[in-house]
Amino acid sequence: MSQLTYREAVRHALAEELTRDPNVVVMGEEVGQFQGAYKVTQGLLEKFGPKRVADTPISEAGFIGMGIGASMLGVRPVMELMFWSFYSVAFDQILNNAANVRYMSGGQINCPIVIRGPANGGTNVGATHSHTPENILAAHPGVKVVVPSTPYDAKGLLKSAIRDNDPVFFLENTVLYGEKGEVPDEEYLIPLGKADVKREGKDLTIVTYGRPVIQSLVAAELLAKEHDISVEVVDLRTIRPLDIDTVLASVRKTHRVLVVEEQKPFCGVGAQLTYMIQAEAFDDLDAPIGRLCTIDAPAIYSPPVEAEQLPNPQRILKAALALLD
Amino acid sequence: MSKKPSATIEQKPTASNTSHGQAPINAALTQAQKIELFSQMVRIRRFEERSHRAYTGKNAAGGANIGGFLHLYNGQEAIAVGCCSLMGKHDHVITAYRDHGHAIAVGMDTKALMAELYGKVTGCSKGKGGSMHFFSPERNYWGGHGIVGGQIPLGVGLAYGVKYKGHKGSAMAFMGDGAVNQGAVHEAYNLAALWNLPCIFVIENNGYSMGTSQARSSAGDLAKRAEGYGMAWGVCEGHDVYEVRATMDKFLKIAREECKPAVVEIRTYRYRGHSVADPDNTYRTKTEIEDYRRTKDPIQVFQTALIAEGVLTTESAEKIDEAARAEAEAAADFADASPYPTPEDIQKDVYWESDNPDQRTSQGRLFFN
Ligand SMILES: Cc1ncc(C[n+]2csc(CCOP(=O)(O)OP(=O)(O)O)c2C)c(N)n1
Ligand SMILES: [Mg+2]
Repeated sequence: MSQLTYREAVRHALAEELTRDPNVVVMGEEVGQFQGAYKVTQGLLEKFGPKRVADTPISEAGFIGMGIGASMLGVRPVMELMFWSFYSVAFDQILNNAANVRYMSGGQINCPIVIRGPANGGTNVGATHSHTPENILAAHPGVKVVVPSTPYDAKGLLKSAIRDNDPVFFLENTVLYGEKGEVPDEEYLIPLGKADVKREGKDLTIVTYGRPVIQSLVAAELLAKEHDISVEVVDLRTIRPLDIDTVLASVRKTHRVLVVEEQKPFCGVGAQLTYMIQAEAFDDLDAPIGRLCTIDAPAIYSPPVEAEQLPNPQRILKAALALLD
Repeated sequence: MSKKPSATIEQKPTASNTSHGQAPINAALTQAQKIELFSQMVRIRRFEERSHRAYTGKNAAGGANIGGFLHLYNGQEAIAVGCCSLMGKHDHVITAYRDHGHAIAVGMDTKALMAELYGKVTGCSKGKGGSMHFFSPERNYWGGHGIVGGQIPLGVGLAYGVKYKGHKGSAMAFMGDGAVNQGAVHEAYNLAALWNLPCIFVIENNGYSMGTSQARSSAGDLAKRAEGYGMAWGVCEGHDVYEVRATMDKFLKIAREECKPAVVEIRTYRYRGHSVADPDNTYRTKTEIEDYRRTKDPIQVFQTALIAEGVLTTESAEKIDEAARAEAEAAADFADASPYPTPEDIQKDVYWESDNPDQRTSQGRLFFN
């Protein structure tokens, strides 16, 4: 085991897959010479050369579309969006081409592309740079969506994503890039679509993913210490495919659920989850399902106020207590 | 940008090329107007330096004064000042995230700008937009946009609006040398040319998009791409405010009189990193920066010209600089003393209707918390 940052874990996954498979290429804005806007790809250009690690112009529709086209021919591009927020510039390529081409060709074509980059608020970069599009992406059959919360998960899931034969959208988090965690020295993979119980408990299940996992764990600790409440934290890790079975098993154990997501509420991931939980475990519920989201407005810039717009341990704690009343 | 190495190391700032100073649009300037142009450039420089200091420093509570990104305009001042000085009642401006210079050049209050950087409710966008999102519609300044190239179609829309309303005016849509490779920019070019819209696309070519030089990001010449759309185009030097004005005046007149778009590439340089977070150590040398500063600093160049013209003296230039520093300091004090928005403010300014409930016509729930 080594202590790696989330950033390093992603980098190691990229390096290992670049080494393993000559068809893997890494492309994006500033990924090479500049070493990555967030230094995720640091050293990769030097190690693998400009044929495998390429700087693109600021042309998201063009280079993402190019990656999708290349993937149809068996290249395995791992495309970096400097921010997932810029996906909207490439929206047509992502959703009309990557998501649909297999279906429209009657299964003749597949797109083994990975698009990765950070998707989060919390760094005061304002409304245009703080989108969390996992719900919008996952609404399209044909794509897979991964949102890892720890270095261990990020590495194992990214390696699986690169080997996956469908388009996988991998959403990282700039706030987590510097967070450290244990990562095995030997190679490992984590299958897409497998949730992880990050903390066991018996009074309440928090279902979450991404950075709110970390915040929920902090809240769970406070709830245990200060309120003697035992919280189970289920990290979805992958939004589509969705491991609803792990969620339901936890609900059947605790009988109360709080969904926490760094998303606006309307048609968010939590909307799908809460529907499924009530549909499949109605009799197991002792209370209406709770939900804590980002406050429903574009991302505010003002630093102290943005912290209140997003989920945070205090907001999670309050929402949990309200459910247990 | 074309990197013409300076002739000698000791070369002093070149005085403005007199032919530009004598262009009619510049010859018509009064002494007071010239001093105003100079002082705007100095005020921008000092504002940027003060905001940089605020960004890297801490507030009384030990926290950051400014969050997120801060893209500074140092080195490019003559462009915003030169272009905006030509604005009439129906001329509009829109730009990207490097937007402080344009905001000051259109006359926005630096207190409200600094307060916006600090995320305070007294900011020009009430603390909601931050550095990348300054707006002042009443001064025909439409932002301040964070998505590279995203503002350019809006610029065409402003030009469309000017024409639709029958005004004699224009829109200046500013972008960087990296933005020219966005698809939206090309769609906007075609629309403007096809529909004869009075839009001037201004490329502020500072040589780099983040850490990528022009040569590594763009095929061919930047402004010349206009030819593919049958548009006029021009290139000029951005360190000489006279040259900027003379060049832009020509294209603006055509836009206003004949409703014709154009692409103008203005060569310039940024002194600071892409944003304050850019370590600025992977793509250019310190010498390159120093060479530009020494030979082409827009403020120095204009100061030299105005002293030669007898409009300024070293002492009066010094006074202007002192006043600009004091103004920036006062702006920072104002920002520091101002309150933050409250969590209740988060859901204000989302819908026109929710801000004007007495005039609401739609029904149903607007917010979902
Ligand atoms: C669509 C999009 N892609 C990428 C970015 C990240 N980004 C912000 S500024 C920038 C460089 C732009 O360079 P240029 O157009 O030359 O303008 P300059 O910063 O030099 O003023 C990049 C890549 C963004 N904000 N939006
Ligand atoms: Mg540039």
